[in-house]
Amino acid sequence: MRRQNAITIKDNQQEAALFRRRAIVAVVFVLLMFGVLIGRYYFLQIIEHETYSVLSENNRVHLEAIAPPRGFIFDRKGRLLADNQPTFSLTINRQQVEDVNALLTKLTPVLNLSAEDIRRFKARAGVARKYEEVPLRLRLSEEDIARFSEVKYDMKGANINVELSRFYPYGDLFSHAIGYVSRISEREEKELDPVKYAGTNLIGKIGIEKYYEDYLHGTVGYQHVETNAHGRLIRVLKKTPPTRGSDLTLHLDYDLQKIAHDQLAGRRGAVVAIDPSTGGVLAFVSNPTFDPNAFVGGIPYKLYASYRDHLDKPLYNRALQGIYPPGSTIKPFEGMGGLHYGLVSWDYTISDRGYFSLPGDTHQFRDWKKTGHGIVDLHKAVVESCDTYFYQLSDRMGVDRFHDWMKHFGFGAKTGIDLVHENAATLPSVQWKRERLKAPWYRGEMMSVGIGQGYFTATPLQLAMATAILANGGNHIKPHLLRTASGTTSFENINKSDYKVPYAGDPADWERMKVSMRDVVHGPNGTARATGYKVRGYEMAGKTGTAQVKGIKQGAKYDEATVGERFLDHGWFIGFAPVDNPKIAVAVLVENGKHGSAMAPIARALFDFELLGKRPEVAAIPTPAPAASDE
Amino acid sequence: MSTTQDRFLRHMPRDGSQFKRKFDLWGMLHIDLPLLVALLIAASIGLFELYSASGRHFDMTLKQLMSFGIGLTVMFVLAQIPPRTYQTISPWFYAGGVLLLVAVAVVGDVRMGAQRWLSIPGVGSVQPSEFMKLAMPMMLAWFLATRVLPPSVFNVGIALVLIGIPALLVAEQPDLGTAILVAASGLFVLFLGGLSWWLIGGFVAAMLPLAWMVWSHFLHDYQRQRILTLFNPEADPLGNGWNIIQSKTAIGSGGMLGKGWMNGSQSHLEFLPEGHTDFIIAAYSEEFGLIGVLVLFSIYLFIIGRSFYIASTAQDGYSRLLAGAITMSFFVYVFVNAGMVSGILPVVGVPLPFISYGGTAIITLCSGFGILMSIQTHKKLIS
Repeated sequence: MRRQNAITIKDNQQEAALFRRRAIVAVVFVLLMFGVLIGRYYFLQIIEHETYSVLSENNRVHLEAIAPPRGFIFDRKGRLLADNQPTFSLTINRQQVEDVNALLTKLTPVLNLSAEDIRRFKARAGVARKYEEVPLRLRLSEEDIARFSEVKYDMKGANINVELSRFYPYGDLFSHAIGYVSRISEREEKELDPVKYAGTNLIGKIGIEKYYEDYLHGTVGYQHVETNAHGRLIRVLKKTPPTRGSDLTLHLDYDLQKIAHDQLAGRRGAVVAIDPSTGGVLAFVSNPTFDPNAFVGGIPYKLYASYRDHLDKPLYNRALQGIYPPGSTIKPFEGMGGLHYGLVSWDYTISDRGYFSLPGDTHQFRDWKKTGHGIVDLHKAVVESCDTYFYQLSDRMGVDRFHDWMKHFGFGAKTGIDLVHENAATLPSVQWKRERLKAPWYRGEMMSVGIGQGYFTATPLQLAMATAILANGGNHIKPHLLRTASGTTSFENINKSDYKVPYAGDPADWERMKVSMRDVVHGPNGTARATGYKVRGYEMAGKTGTAQVKGIKQGAKYDEATVGERFLDHGWFIGFAPVDNPKIAVAVLVENGKHGSAMAPIARALFDFELLGKRPEVAAIPTPAPAASDE
Repeated sequence: MSTTQDRFLRHMPRDGSQFKRKFDLWGMLHIDLPLLVALLIAASIGLFELYSASGRHFDMTLKQLMSFGIGLTVMFVLAQIPPRTYQTISPWFYAGGVLLLVAVAVVGDVRMGAQRWLSIPGVGSVQPSEFMKLAMPMMLAWFLATRVLPPSVFNVGIALVLIGIPALLVAEQPDLGTAILVAASGLFVLFLGGLSWWLIGGFVAAMLPLAWMVWSHFLHDYQRQRILTLFNPEADPLGNGWNIIQSKTAIGSGGMLGKGWMNGSQSHLEFLPEGHTDFIIAAYSEEFGLIGVLVLFSIYLFIIGRSFYIASTAQDGYSRLLAGAITMSFFVYVFVNAGMVSGILPVVGVPLPFISYGGTAIITLCSGFGILMSIQTHKKLIS
């Protein structure tokens, strides 16, 4: 800076002159721009004055939003699962009302308005534009309409509107998959694009309805309408129709869903069926369930409370959020891990005396069969569900290698299914235990993890995904409900395998493991042989499992009363069919079902329909039997 | 800078008159009377219109009056400080502003979807981008004041970096409107400092193909649609288009003489959104007609003219450039607001100076005019 001054002399006079020249340019520019502004105001206020005067004086021309109809939802065979039906609602146009509070007071006895209704109305009115119709009560009954019609002359500003509302024809059958729509809450109202949702009262709350809200919603339309002084519509001047939201076709199949639902009737549990080649979810059942139609028009508090407080938790999505120890169902996956790491081969055997002990420790980890299984190879270990074999294998594998292998099947992470509020469950590792429990990993803890107990938990959806991947011969899939969407919106949906599980062994091992699982059902010593005898026309593969209910000590006495029943073990069955070219993979969980083998008939009912088109004659409700056949 | 130069100036014959100058109260108070009177007239019009446009909201009007009180006090205080002091603190001011903008980006409050506010415990919330509207021309004027003018290409490059950093920080908030205003206030200094017409022309010539490239190759259809809607709000009648349709109706229905004070039906029936803030000129035009608009524009033109006079008679480079840039910025606020409300410019959030409701803008504007008054009233008091 100083150096520059020393060399070049700044000439203040010359710079002032330069500035003045520039300032003159600026002043000319400013004058020109003001000329433009004055021209514009002259144009609007003098030349176009008549036009705008008319517009201003008859403030009768309004802009009305037309809510778009919501997209339909179909099952894979085109059966309508979510429909739109006309309903009547009462709205208030505040421009036509002098005293809104007085009108609300007058309407209260007519429509039996609650304080809650009025509070909601005021909240909506607070964010709506003055000219917008604000809904006061949705889904009017015929009596409501009749009572209102009698006093309508006295209720200027209150109008009955027809609008489309959501209807689920199959009631509670699909509620845990499709979810429901309901009135937009105050909190959602603040976050929504007010233009996009102008005129819309309903929004997806859970399930497919929430996940694909943007596709289902559609594009808002609008019309310029001329009304008289009383706000009555005289004519529509200009109309841009709304565009219906995209129609969604799901992989779900009504028949499979219905069969799974009926098979589970009376039990708490979940059934998830997946097409292994696409990852498409064919059935997604969580029982008990609830009526989604009750939520659409605003659920009565009593009904909601009964859902919320019921001991069986019908609102709880067991298939998506329920975390259970996977039990012996993990053994085929774990066996593949043993082969992958080269820890075992198909010829490798152990001698099972009914228990396993860690070296230098006298503690006995017991097999479910007290006498032991004798000489056991991998095939037999899977078929007879030998615990001792897997105690030893998991000890040699260690928790971190176990974790790294099992995560390829979707354990311990959200599957990424197109539903909201999924639970990731837990696939333990040394790092997981250090971070979550602030404790080191003990070698003995691996024993329970290795047979699907202890820290290891999974959701029915995760087990269905794992089963589908195994049935696929290690081709990874991501479970999803959406098959196609029509309309202008595009979306990313892979209806095929996304990658192959990096398996180090012989690829033929996958087939051998599938054969072992076939023998669980069809072999003479298989844990699900009782079901295998009844299978006709195809061969199925499977694996039983039993999940211990925590909180009760081994051998503790309990009553046979209802409360006691809730402490019985959970029963698992995973399976797929046909064995050589799997078309359907299933995971079944029944809470307190006691035995996984008793759940196999539910899977068989689904296979019978999918492969043979045969419907079950009687519900194969598994009844708890005292005789132990698994663990 | 150069005290020799000042000493030289002091002995010039033209300035000899100051010794025989008669007693000047306003000069002693460092107040430029013509500017003050014009500002007070504009503020009065603003208060009257605000009372009407807010729906006879007395509390709001009173709050605005208090903002004017604070603004005028700030102006008076700033006018006492000699321009030399402003010049000395300019870089610190600028650096502080940039630091605050960085702080906003890191720990700022998110309001209305943008991160513009900084909570200071015990002081309240501040909006550093507002602060930058003055810090930017001060910095650029400081930078160019010591350089030979017109600036070399190298110095223009440095100046562009100085403009770019805070402008990008503001644009990130995101507040594109303010970012453009902040950048413009710096570019005006460059322009007034004699930025070569070749460079200006070259820059424009370079931007055109670049803009075309981005438009045709990098933007998605929906992004293009969004930009088109910005320039043609009628295409979006439920969003911005609603405001523009209503404000044009308000202006147009005012006619030559207007509907009279408190009689603007568009704003009183709540058809006009933001009728007391950004869109207040629509309510004003409805009530006072084209005559009212011309009166208001005349006052603005007088303020701009007086400010240019102050700038061009300033005695050192720093004062000249700063005063000129403040004047140009003031013009841009008026033009952008009056233009967007009447539907010839895209809708961006720029209030109408001295008329729109809002204390922050008033204080920023008054600070600018305080500096202008300081430049004017310290001219002849060199001792």
